Amino acid sequence: MGAAKFWGVSFVVATAVLVLTRGLIANEYFFFAGYVVLQYIVLSTAWNILGGYTGYTNFGVGAFFAVGAYTSVVLHKLTSLPVPAMILVGGLTSAILGLGMGYLTLRLKGVFFAIATLALAIVAQTLIVNWDYVGGSRGIYVIRPQQAPLYGSYVQYLYSLMLILAWGSVAIARTIERSRLGLGLNAIRDDEAAAEAGGVPTLRLKLISTTVSGALMGMSGAPLPYYVTYLDPASSFNLSYAVNSVAMPLIGGMSSWIGPVIGAVLLGTIQQLATVTISSALNLLIVGLLLIAFVIIAPNGIVGLVQARRRARLR
Amino acid sequence: MPLLQVGGLGKRFGGFVALQGIDLSVDAGERLGLIGPNGSGKSTLVNCLCGALHHDSGNVTFDGRAIDGLPAYQRTRLGLARSFQLPKPFRSMNLIDNLRIPLLYTVNARHGARLSDAAIGERCLGLLDDVGLADRAARLPRDLTQVEMRKLELARAVASAPRLLFADETMAGLSPSEVEEILAVLVRLNDQGITIVLIEHIMSAVMSFSTRLVVLVAGQKIADGVPQDAIRNPEVERAYLGE
Repeated sequence: MGAAKFWGVSFVVATAVLVLTRGLIANEYFFFAGYVVLQYIVLSTAWNILGGYTGYTNFGVGAFFAVGAYTSVVLHKLTSLPVPAMILVGGLTSAILGLGMGYLTLRLKGVFFAIATLALAIVAQTLIVNWDYVGGSRGIYVIRPQQAPLYGSYVQYLYSLMLILAWGSVAIARTIERSRLGLGLNAIRDDEAAAEAGGVPTLRLKLISTTVSGALMGMSGAPLPYYVTYLDPASSFNLSYAVNSVAMPLIGGMSSWIGPVIGAVLLGTIQQLATVTISSALNLLIVGLLLIAFVIIAPNGIVGLVQARRRARLR
Repeated sequence: MPLLQVGGLGKRFGGFVALQGIDLSVDAGERLGLIGPNGSGKSTLVNCLCGALHHDSGNVTFDGRAIDGLPAYQRTRLGLARSFQLPKPFRSMNLIDNLRIPLLYTVNARHGARLSDAAIGERCLGLLDDVGLADRAARLPRDLTQVEMRKLELARAVASAPRLLFADETMAGLSPSEVEEILAVLVRLNDQGITIVLIEHIMSAVMSFSTRLVVLVAGQKIADGVPQDAIRNPEVERAYLGE
């Protein structure tokens, strides 16, 4: 399927999901939990553009996510912009952060790059903790508007926005994957020296990858202040965002756009179910156990398992 | 005018002098052999000329254009290609996609040379056919034998439509019959007009292939000339056989 057709078909699917869920489901908790699952589709898809396609592990997901969220806080205090505009500005801010991080750290490889991204999250969190305007370490309350635009509750509105974001990020990831850019990113992941010798402008492509990945992460964080209504550095920079964003593509499969979607839906849903039926503290334990299981049983994720079976059948 | 001209090239790693005052010229269509004991600086020289390393002193011109400071990918686009001593295939991609990369990023990046997807696919298959790997086009590199991996490495370098190819120890570890196979491929490429610099330890292969021989020892060029004369050079004999 060509890129234009995929954008069209996926748009129809996303619209159908939106209309059906908002039309048929009355339970408000569905939208509350659905928002989180969709947010993880965006985050893990964004992570996979740099981690899965390009081979650079980013543990600084929390920084990009929180920068998007705090951009909305600043805009909320300064302007009366609607949330979709805040999402765009949040994405732009995180894109600039991604470009800067890429420029400073992409000469590092492997574990050194991963540690540098973790350090970025710590630096960004320290800056926010010491910035009183956005609440500093004590956090800040964000009052949602009384009425949601169009119809339904505000959580339903945020759910709808996150669904659009999830559609957009998946379509972008799939377009990259099947393009010349995607092939170049995969070449960098497989062997950077060989890619450069093959004419691939590795530094430029890596910068595109960090920028696009950062932008999508920031966009997914931008509606957060309106979703939680109270934002503080400890929760917005939480390491669980990074752990989940790494775990979901690993479980779903990193070689394809569908992998992070499968991982996010599977893990995100299990986490939400565990939160209401067992305990919210079990979330990361579930992630850890699943991660260990998949690393042993299916190191290339669910998509990798399917591809290996298909290859074996062809032989 | 030589295709490649190197003047006074030097490279240090900390206190270690890897290359010192290397002067070298390679003419279009030539078959040049580059030999030297382990650690003599052969691979460092290739890395400096291809842009993987930046030299500390001297200058390099390719086709009359100074290429000092150009990143490796731009040198490839100018027509300087290399194969690696240890094959570096794109492991997650099938053989066709391994060749698609240089075609997309090198041939299609050159002004006025944009190939369609169909033409790229055809050219990939043609290149694989040239090295006898057409029947394995859809396979992953892990399914290849060692000699096939070397052929893929050569095919990928050739896919960028180079004018000069550095074949860095392409025959290391191969059996005599496999060495013959690779030599036949190199001769064919040279017949197609590609200038080839062969870096190799297998002397029989170097002697049969090269029309000129350059010998490096301890980062310095000690001989440059007709192969039979170069290996009889007393300095070369001392370097290889001792006092």
